[in-house]
Amino acid sequence: MPIIKVENLSKIFGKNPSQAQKLLDQGLKKEEILKKTGNTVGVNRASFEVEQGEIFVIMGLSGSGKSTLVRLINRLIEPTEGSVYINEENLAAMDSKNLRRVRREKMSMVFQRFALFPYRTVLQNTEFGLEVQGIDKTERSKKAKESLELVGLGSFINQFPGQLSGGMQQRVGLARALANDPEVLLMDEAFSALDPLIRKEMQDELLDLQERMQKTILFITHDLDEALRIGDRIALMKDGSIVQIGTPEDILVNPANDYVEKFVEDVDRSKVLTAQHIMKRPETVNIEKHGPRVALERMREEGLSSIYVTDRSRNLKGYVTADDASQAIEENVKDLTNVIETNVPTCDLDTPMNDIFDMIHNSPVPIAVVEDGKLRGIIVRGAVIGALAGSEVSINE
Amino acid sequence: MSNTLLPMIPVKTWVDQSVEWITDTFEFVFDPIKNNLDTFIEFLSETLQVINPWIFIAVVAIIAFFVTGKRIGLAAFSIVGLWFILNQEMWEQLMDTFSLVITASLISVIIGVPFGIWMAKSNIVQAILTPILDFMQTMPAFVYLIPAVAFFGIGMVPGVFASVIFAVPPTVRFTNLGIRQVSTELIEAADAFGTTGIQKLFKVQLPMAKKTIMAGINQTVMLALSMVVIASMIGAEGLGKEVITALQRNDVGLGFVAGVSIVILAIVIDRFTQSLNTQKGE
Ligand SMILES: Nc1ncnc2c1ncn2[C@@H]1O[C@H](COP(=O)(O)OP(=O)(O)OP(=O)(O)O)[C@@H](O)[C@H]1O
Ligand SMILES: [Mg+2]
Repeated sequence: MPIIKVENLSKIFGKNPSQAQKLLDQGLKKEEILKKTGNTVGVNRASFEVEQGEIFVIMGLSGSGKSTLVRLINRLIEPTEGSVYINEENLAAMDSKNLRRVRREKMSMVFQRFALFPYRTVLQNTEFGLEVQGIDKTERSKKAKESLELVGLGSFINQFPGQLSGGMQQRVGLARALANDPEVLLMDEAFSALDPLIRKEMQDELLDLQERMQKTILFITHDLDEALRIGDRIALMKDGSIVQIGTPEDILVNPANDYVEKFVEDVDRSKVLTAQHIMKRPETVNIEKHGPRVALERMREEGLSSIYVTDRSRNLKGYVTADDASQAIEENVKDLTNVIETNVPTCDLDTPMNDIFDMIHNSPVPIAVVEDGKLRGIIVRGAVIGALAGSEVSINE
Repeated sequence: MSNTLLPMIPVKTWVDQSVEWITDTFEFVFDPIKNNLDTFIEFLSETLQVINPWIFIAVVAIIAFFVTGKRIGLAAFSIVGLWFILNQEMWEQLMDTFSLVITASLISVIIGVPFGIWMAKSNIVQAILTPILDFMQTMPAFVYLIPAVAFFGIGMVPGVFASVIFAVPPTVRFTNLGIRQVSTELIEAADAFGTTGIQKLFKVQLPMAKKTIMAGINQTVMLALSMVVIASMIGAEGLGKEVITALQRNDVGLGFVAGVSIVILAIVIDRFTQSLNTQKGE
């Protein structure tokens, strides 16, 4: 069941939205409608669903309606038509009391220019959402502090926003949004005002947080790199309409139309696609529980000739081949420790595909994608070749 | 006159009749206001008179020192200025004037801020109030004395009434302006966290507008002070009355002393309210 479900959602700014909507449905363009009726199309019949735990990115050029769309979702902007369901409750049809409840409990927003309250300290800013809910002082300061710890600002609680750098201010913005423990985070170009290095750092941190907290995140950006880095799925907008929804790979490999293609054109796929984009979920056995028998059984089930071995917390130990496993069974060895091959071909999440291509060429087993010693995924030869083939096609065009 | 095409429209009569009607009909409103205000101003003034002038001056100087961020300027000026007024035996008048200004400013703020908020929340209210405020400010201040006397007779209270009408517009305007100036992103932030209208007002809009509102209040206080001479024409006690007396007796010396005293009070009050504002903002 999706957490956010948007159906046929439209927003037209101006005096006569219904007339404009009619023309729009007849196929007129945004500019023509502006000329004819003086109304501006903000969002045109957008429909999509976002699953729990997903980072859903909405991308598009300036003026394409991203901000409008995200504000329709918490109804900071009243829709002209359509509905927004949050956990199956229709926001568009809600009275103001219920709307407040949903805004307080279900979703928080992070803003492009931070929107912190300058007269409140970092802690008081973070407490804002809880204060509005009427939660008592000790409780809310406890929660706010936890939330500030999460974003690494535990020691800045008594500063004022004006005393912090942009990156730190946006961390406060994030902490403030997380303090309510919402299910949905709405982030409107949350990192666009930051300089590139800080921006990357914040993206990593968001991904980190997301891994722990499993929120549902609606992330707006006009930057393709950012979209590819953090999005589980990406929706592309143009003139208020959504023109394509797909995984980052979908968008790169199968651009839906010229517009998307243009967007994607200047991105060299072999550079953009890194290990994390082409890796798949690894089959593993647990060295603390499993012996050669289980390993062999799993390989047989999955049709593999080798399998990776980790411990309980997914630290990579090595791999075991089917041959070695059968031999160990014959010799009645119970423990995998002496059976595994520890010389493993590894790369990390950000290794570009070019390098992987070279590695995988002469490796007998899939490449292990490792982060901090933990196995995050594996890359099989087919995936690399497939992805590179896609990129070669576009280069030749 | 018969040199116009139309007979003269009896505006004067109409206004006369309306004021008379208001005075009679709302006597039950005006009388208690008058009595209570009279008591309040008298109480305030007498309390201030009781305080030893030297202690008063010392306290003002100390507060001045701290509100200006531990600078000596205003404190020194207050000591010299107030001492001068004391020396010229104008202390009692000073306290009367001070009470009048405080009362008028207080009432202006109590009325002005809510109106400013109302104006900020509704474009219709803004459209209605803006020309009224313009009118109130462009009307010569003297004119307010006439209905003031009609409603409240002679004394301090009509002085306060006239001062309030003259002085309230900046507070209303600046409150409206301050609230409307709050950035849309902050308002969106407040809304996105599910604030009610009241929460948004007190937790976001008023704190954000505070500086602007204080600037409006500063102007209001100065306008109220500028009314003291005019208000003494209808019997308000204080420094203004000395100016009027000097005028009637052609007493240049007295006029000068009273005038300078008013200027000193004006400077002290102005700097005080201004530094209260800047200090809080930082
Ligand atoms: N309050 C409004 N009144 C009228 N038109 C508006 C309003 N807000 C947005 N629009 C119009 O709606 C369209 C979409 O604007 P929106 O702000 O959603 O774009 P965006 O994709 O967020 O752009 P950016 O990347 O510049 O933030 C634009 O044409 C804009 O001019
Ligand atoms: Mg935008």
